[in-house]
Amino acid sequence: MTSVLYDNPGPKTRRRIRFWTAVSVVALAAIVGFAIWQVARKGQISADMWTPFADSGLWNQLFSALFSTIKAALLSIVLALVLGAVLAAGRLSNRGWLRWPAFVVIEFFRAVPLLLLILFGLFTWGQPLAFIGEAIGASPPDAFAALVVGLTLYNGSVLAEVFRAGINAVPRGQSEAAYALGMRKTAVMRMILAPQAIRMMLPAIVAQCVVALKDSALGFIVGYQELLSFGKRIYQGAAEIWQLSQPPVVTTLVVIGAIYIAINLVLSWFAGWLERRMSRSTKLAGKPLTAAQTGDEVAAADAVPAGVEPPN
Amino acid sequence: MALAESGNLAVGGVQYLWQEHNAFLDGLLGTVKLSLIAGILSTILGLIVAAMRVSPIPALRIAGTAWSGFFRNTPLTLVFLGTSVVLPIVGIRFAWADAIGLDTFFIFAVIALSTYTSCFVADAIRSGFNSVPVGQAEAARAVGMTFGQTLRLVVLPQALRTVLPPLASMYIAMIKNSAIAEFFNVGELTKFFDDSVRDHPEHLYAEFIAVALGYIVLTLLVSAAFNLAERKLAVTR
Amino acid sequence: MKLKRLLAVAAIGALALGGSAACGKSKLDEKAKDDAKNAGAYTIVKNPKFAAGSTMEKLYKAKHIKIGVKFDQPGIGYKNPTSGKIEGFDVEVGKYVAGQLGLDYNNQKQVEFVETVSKNRETFLENGTVDLVIASYSITPERKQLVGFAGPYYETGQDLLIRKADKDKIKSPQDLAGKKVCSVTGSTPLANIEKNYPKAKPVALAQYSDCVTQLQNSTVDVLTTDGAILLGYAASDPEHLMVVGKPFSTEKYGIGMAKDRNDLRGFVNDKLDAAFKDGHWKKAYDLTLGKSGSDAPNPPTLDRY
Repeated sequence: MTSVLYDNPGPKTRRRIRFWTAVSVVALAAIVGFAIWQVARKGQISADMWTPFADSGLWNQLFSALFSTIKAALLSIVLALVLGAVLAAGRLSNRGWLRWPAFVVIEFFRAVPLLLLILFGLFTWGQPLAFIGEAIGASPPDAFAALVVGLTLYNGSVLAEVFRAGINAVPRGQSEAAYALGMRKTAVMRMILAPQAIRMMLPAIVAQCVVALKDSALGFIVGYQELLSFGKRIYQGAAEIWQLSQPPVVTTLVVIGAIYIAINLVLSWFAGWLERRMSRSTKLAGKPLTAAQTGDEVAAADAVPAGVEPPN
Repeated sequence: MALAESGNLAVGGVQYLWQEHNAFLDGLLGTVKLSLIAGILSTILGLIVAAMRVSPIPALRIAGTAWSGFFRNTPLTLVFLGTSVVLPIVGIRFAWADAIGLDTFFIFAVIALSTYTSCFVADAIRSGFNSVPVGQAEAARAVGMTFGQTLRLVVLPQALRTVLPPLASMYIAMIKNSAIAEFFNVGELTKFFDDSVRDHPEHLYAEFIAVALGYIVLTLLVSAAFNLAERKLAVTR
Repeated sequence: MKLKRLLAVAAIGALALGGSAACGKSKLDEKAKDDAKNAGAYTIVKNPKFAAGSTMEKLYKAKHIKIGVKFDQPGIGYKNPTSGKIEGFDVEVGKYVAGQLGLDYNNQKQVEFVETVSKNRETFLENGTVDLVIASYSITPERKQLVGFAGPYYETGQDLLIRKADKDKIKSPQDLAGKKVCSVTGSTPLANIEKNYPKAKPVALAQYSDCVTQLQNSTVDVLTTDGAILLGYAASDPEHLMVVGKPFSTEKYGIGMAKDRNDLRGFVNDKLDAAFKDGHWKKAYDLTLGKSGSDAPNPPTLDRY
């Protein structure tokens, strides 16, 4: 195994690596063991702390809470795709009066904390748009609306940049050839650039779903009844219902965290799979776009598909 | 008439903000303090995790990957919640910090924010290393450079240049993410917004614009600093 | 890569396992049945007569009322984490009022209980997100500027919830200097502490339940709010928590509504008065706050303005 940092190990180095492997395994096991022991010492992972999770009633509630999370994330990612397409079209336009407002909107919503947007939404568009939440059966509906609109504005702006990068990643010759054939700009965009760009962007879009799903947990702060707030309700109420000696905080957070991680890993794996499949595809004009290439902070931060491990 | 009214409201909003400028600046300072400390800690932690992930020792690589996989797929809000309720259960309460004027909840926020950000820092650094073609290092080794020389003269100068832009994005994202600390009793910009909206809902827009501008200024400062660094690095190439 | 795939599979497997292990008798479902048996029954007035154009008529005709309650205060307003049932004294009062309006409180489409937290109660009423707020909502002159109040329907006072281990250290609000005193953002009790006991270190969290968690964790020393709320929390963890029991203020819980709905305010006051006299009020109390063993106090005097 060669990397930038070191060469293929020789016999001496291999011995050294084996030695340090042993040392680090012991050290890591000690750290993890110490952490687990600390938690176990307080009785936080003893058998009775798991009893709430052996209750079918709880799982029914938990799945409906998870469904609330997915509702918010899914609706906002769909809306964000639309908004992102509109904003990207504006940003790529030849007309300054379209390009500049799109630029300002995109940059503003990417620079402002999502939580601030959602809180602001609670006082502004939350109420007028609460009917959407009501139609979907979300509780409370205005917190849902504030959350979804906030997520849409933010993810839409991020996706707009993804789209723009995707369009720009189609080799210039493609559009030049189309113009040479006498196509107009909209036709070039619609028939040449967009179809190819969308295929390249798919992994990045799926990866953005992970971001949306994670960010939907912000709904917890504005009182939207989703997975995380359900988790808090479990550990705050379970001691009384199941007669436990203390609130099952650690076990609850482990279960809730595992659910988020499982879903996100599946999504990331899917994004990575799409990307690998596409980089093999001969129909693709360019390389598939990982979110990292779009240059956005969170897309770059959060959305590098986990499946894509650069060769070591 | 309506115009005059909204004009009045705008004037009122500006007056209100002027009156509350101390609370606003406190909030801004809180965000800066939180981001600065978490920024430094997440960089240190990120470097360690990145080193683990590129090390030749498989156990460390796996541990680094697990660390990244965990934080990459967990909502920051959950990390915040976990930090603030689990650490005290195992007896970590930072009671000593009160003596030096640091709030326990501020420290929880720093821990949550820096551990979460560390995995993105680590990934940025790692991908920077991976962006350097292997042939470069092989050539360096072939001409007899030591590991230190290879790192210092060949790999790092190139890796740093690719690392800087994503790192800048990371710190900007972290400043924005620090808003979540608002929910955990940490005085910062978003808490200023939340508190002042509750007391003076009539100045909602003024408050929102002021706080949003606060964040925009902070993020612009970070990108300016990184642009400068990039230009400096470009010269030394 | 392989590791990640493995992890994902393992996680899904664990989930499925959790689901299948969950079969059999559910303690929650049993408890839900128990609760349903114990929940109060109130008259649902059939074909009530209201003045044309009145708020009451509108609510009755719409067959829909939204009542803001707390979801995190055992005994007062509490959403059972698992059965999903909303229970507590405030909720019982809400059911009673809804019944008087001719609405069926067992039907969620007609009577909807919505969570309000301390900081959004006024906003919810101003925006019309809810029609009534019955959420341990103290009547204060400042709030009267913003919303209308019927009642009070309950009187309590600000008190302190502490860890039993601290019972010799914290005996009254005078002992709060240097202590971390937790309450919720935007609540009267916290403002009271900040003003009258400036040496205490206030901690503002989103919900009382968060303060309870931090109190159990020793990251804060005191939770302060109305005694009625604290009693419920003390009862949920009697081994570790206790109420100091020296109220230092008077809080009068009122039923909040939009400021311009004076007709509704008068109506609710009349019905509360009736409930004080005919035993409905006592029944609601016994079912909820009275569970901790305290006898129903005398009903408060209505504040009609």
